[in-house]
Amino acid sequence: MDSTIIIEKSVIILAVFAITMVMAMYSTLAERKVAAWLQDRIGPNRAGKGGLLQPLADGLKLFSKEEFTPDTPNKFLFLVGPAIAMSTALMTSAVIPWGDKFHLFGRDIILQATDIDIALLYFIGVVSIGVYGIMIGGWASNNKFSLMGAVRAASQMVSYEVAMGLSIIALLMMTGTLSLREISAQQAGMSWNVFYQPLSFLIFLVCAFAEANRTPFDLAECETELIGGYHTEYSSMKMGFYLFAEYANMFISSTILSVLFFGGYNYPGMSWAVENWGVNLANVIGILVLFAKICGFIFFFMWVRWTIPRFRYDQLMHLGWRILIPLSIVNIMITGVVILRGEIAAYFGF
Amino acid sequence: MSIETISLSGKKKLVSNKEMTFLERLYLVVIFKGLIITIKHLFRRKVTIQYPEQVRERSPVYRGQHMLKRDELGRENCTACGLCALSCPAEAITMVAEERKPGEELLYREEKYASIYEINMLRCVFCGLCEEACPKDAIYLTTSKVLVPSSYEREDFIFGKDRLVMPLDMAMKNAQLKNAN
Repeated sequence: MDSTIIIEKSVIILAVFAITMVMAMYSTLAERKVAAWLQDRIGPNRAGKGGLLQPLADGLKLFSKEEFTPDTPNKFLFLVGPAIAMSTALMTSAVIPWGDKFHLFGRDIILQATDIDIALLYFIGVVSIGVYGIMIGGWASNNKFSLMGAVRAASQMVSYEVAMGLSIIALLMMTGTLSLREISAQQAGMSWNVFYQPLSFLIFLVCAFAEANRTPFDLAECETELIGGYHTEYSSMKMGFYLFAEYANMFISSTILSVLFFGGYNYPGMSWAVENWGVNLANVIGILVLFAKICGFIFFFMWVRWTIPRFRYDQLMHLGWRILIPLSIVNIMITGVVILRGEIAAYFGF
Repeated sequence: MSIETISLSGKKKLVSNKEMTFLERLYLVVIFKGLIITIKHLFRRKVTIQYPEQVRERSPVYRGQHMLKRDELGRENCTACGLCALSCPAEAITMVAEERKPGEELLYREEKYASIYEINMLRCVFCGLCEEACPKDAIYLTTSKVLVPSSYEREDFIFGKDRLVMPLDMAMKNAQLKNAN
């Protein structure tokens, strides 16, 4: 392996890291702004022009807060909780194809930190580790509200991961690959997967809300009942890490939704742009298009937050186990029948 | 009209407890309706009033910070009779009376005036009874049109004559207006 590839990958990893952080940072501002707009208010607008420096002010405030540790026998676990939440939230972005490729310095640069062929499995695996951050933090807080939040988060994640996995299986049967890069490439033009797998998209969307702990599935936090749930005892930047991880998760969920179902970096006329305007410009547009899709989904997450009240716990479990899982199994069967329609017709002699 | 059908607001709606169908139990239709309602609010006019820059329009009889009035010649109206302090339900007003000396006729209208006049704004409930009790038209809550500003020290809320008496230029402007009429 030559040294250029190390430099190339380092640059991409750094860029992806920085972008994820900035997106998560400004999601906090966007959340407050969207909340305000949907409630006929203006929202934060004092720090910087239109409130643009608000995330920095919030970060500064969190840093300057007292670092409080409750009297818990698990001091180490108390520290590990937010660390796990944060690192898993950032790890997922490694497999996402941000664009097709750049052609620079006489070589093709793939716009992806790593192109592993089991990217989708990696994503589901890392996301499910994320619940450990919440569980460990809630457990180590030595507080009944935190523990309740952690228990709820754990059972919710486990329940919704089943439906999420099953909804992806239907997609996999169609695409035939686990590599996000190939899934993106297959959706060139306007043949986005959402048109072929609308039910799968819907189930995945609901599960993404649950995985990112967003309203209406924010049972783990629910300020009104559990005083913040798993992060009740956290303060200062440890608290900031949890909040940041939540927004990073939302960003990653939006990215995966865009890549899996909304064509990723593809836009209509991309092949024409590659021929006429060159690979680089076409892919810059592609990256911008992907980010537009991501921002759209992030807005949708926030929009839903201010529309639907939180589910009751039994309703949550009912929706997960008795509606979404049967629906996704039906979806798998329908997909199978459609894929094998030639063989089935031949078998029955039509 | 029977008791079951009476609806004063016209919005009476019977709640039915029927079993939901499968489609209703998915909540998708109602969630979509809710999303439409919330997105409409995104484009509504915002109701926020950005306070220090914008001030909410107040009623003409809004009772704000007190003002001790001067007449057209710029003389203080107050004669330190103490009726305002007597009528004050919160006991927020204190004053010290003093006799007018020769040569001060242009400062004070009556022979007696208040050398110290203090209102504790933390005690005041802005009821306006002092204004009603005043026989000399000296104290008013409706003319200043300002809110009592916030502060960090309790002592800062005891307003003396320096902050209560009407500014001289305002009295001059009033006099000019009166002459013009």
